[in-house]
Amino acid sequence: MILKGKAWKFGADVDTDLIIPARYLNTSDPKGLAKHCMEDADPAFAGKVSSGDLIVAGNNFGCGSSREHAPIAIKAAGVSCVVAASFARIFYRNAFNLGLPILESPEAAEAVKTGDELEVDLATGKITNLSQDRTYQAQPVPPFMQELLAAGGLMPYVMKRLAGGGEWHGKVL
Amino acid sequence: MGMTISEKILAAHARKDRVVPGELIEVDVDFALANDITAPIAIDRFRRAGAKKVFDPERLALVPDHFVPNKDIDSAIQCKLLRDFAREHGLRYYFEVGRMGIEHALLPEQGLVVPGDVVVGADSHTCTYGAVGAFATGVGSTDLAAVMITGRIWFRVPSTIKFVYEGELRPWVTGKDLILYTIGQIGVEGARYRAMEFTGSAVGELSMDQRLTMANMAIEAGAKNGIIAPDMVTRVYVDDRARRPARYYESDPDASYDEVIPIDVSTIEPQVAVPHSPANARPVNEVGRIPIHQVVIGSCTNGRIEDLRLAAEVLKGRRVAPGVRCLIIPATQAIYRQAMEEGLFTTFLEAEAAISTPTCGPCLGGHMGILAPGERAVATTNRNFVGRMGHPQSEVYLSSPAVAAASAVLGRIGSPAEL
Repeated sequence: MILKGKAWKFGADVDTDLIIPARYLNTSDPKGLAKHCMEDADPAFAGKVSSGDLIVAGNNFGCGSSREHAPIAIKAAGVSCVVAASFARIFYRNAFNLGLPILESPEAAEAVKTGDELEVDLATGKITNLSQDRTYQAQPVPPFMQELLAAGGLMPYVMKRLAGGGEWHGKVL
Repeated sequence: MGMTISEKILAAHARKDRVVPGELIEVDVDFALANDITAPIAIDRFRRAGAKKVFDPERLALVPDHFVPNKDIDSAIQCKLLRDFAREHGLRYYFEVGRMGIEHALLPEQGLVVPGDVVVGADSHTCTYGAVGAFATGVGSTDLAAVMITGRIWFRVPSTIKFVYEGELRPWVTGKDLILYTIGQIGVEGARYRAMEFTGSAVGELSMDQRLTMANMAIEAGAKNGIIAPDMVTRVYVDDRARRPARYYESDPDASYDEVIPIDVSTIEPQVAVPHSPANARPVNEVGRIPIHQVVIGSCTNGRIEDLRLAAEVLKGRRVAPGVRCLIIPATQAIYRQAMEEGLFTTFLEAEAAISTPTCGPCLGGHMGILAPGERAVATTNRNFVGRMGHPQSEVYLSSPAVAAASAVLGRIGSPAEL
């Protein structure tokens, strides 16, 4: 799948309280959460971001809380993909479980600027910066995570396996 | 080649003889939990998947603790979802207001998480239970929904960093100071995807309450889990309360570690992590004279009885400074009662501190102690991110209960040694 959109650049250690402050967690409605996406990092973000845009950030994106409201808010705000130098582990799992595409590329995280037009090939991990006429190669998505994405996220994956004779039990992946 | 304690627990639950770091495994889960923020999404996923029952109604706890007592109508609706689900599925461990506590203080206290367990919780501070020698880690709501259905979860086996704490603690230095210092040394992603194993004679001398504080903050260094091998302190703690059989593991002498980091605790002063990162730890006397408006003593990090005793020791015969609000939040009903029976409440009330029913409330900027723009708090909580306790222009400084209580009296950040 090819994604195309404008980049919004953030720094390192973007925590889940910046992505969606806890004061809004008395609901899990995606539209309600999207209105406050990235609010404490950039209060105007939810109003500026267009469908298909990408978030580009430094190391350890999504650190802190386990709140799935973070990737839900990002997805519901219309962001098509998050590219970061690295991801915190719970956010990494949550993104794949929900089907929010994420790619690790320290090179892109360094070079991309807010407003750059990006084109991302999820299958190959190639990120093209159309504004700077440069390409970056993201880390390949591990085979098991590709399987999850292909199934449409964790829940369809689990239910498919259970329907297939309950292989989930006793079988090591 | 031997295995670490984390590898041994994971291997046993993957029904394998051994596992190695990097390996992808699927493991049996002994106990799972979620709270009023994360369970609503998990319940939604569970229902949408068409699941009819949970894997084991005795192994799933739902603990409304973040926005309780219900903060507003939306949070009341979320809590009702948990209550209804618990009733519908006959969950044995649903904890209602008046019988509850902050999840990570409550479950070890109630003997629901025991040594050798694999515990998965939809809350990042699930890593707390590593203090009793369990492999415990936080996940999101969808991962938890899959566990609620299958009782199993996939993991990539983490490599381990071993921390060896030796030497004698200085006055007023606690488990909180050791973990803040450690995160200050390695940074907020210093242990990303890895296990933090806390060892050494100085850890051996810590009480269970202080060990729980240390393991609680492993996530603040990005770790998958924090763990302390069980010893006599663990056995004494567990024997009284375990509701399931414990399994005691320890790392092999020839286990393989990513890194071994020795820490001489005798050089560590009481620590404060300044905004806006838990890794901004420094000795309290290097922070400078910073006036404060609020002090919070509580949370899953530092709301246990020993924390309250420490705060009382500092507050005894003293008063909270004018212009400062001091909130004390015992983490569970049992702790609340014990603090009352020990007379700690009299000390707190005489010091003009407020005492609250158990709640996560202010720690995440939920309710019960929100900061205005420009306000500053010293808190015994775990995160000092932007906006964590209220307005994005407010500030949180993290410390032990001793430093927090001393700061409440001084009206500025300071150490009990200054009183």
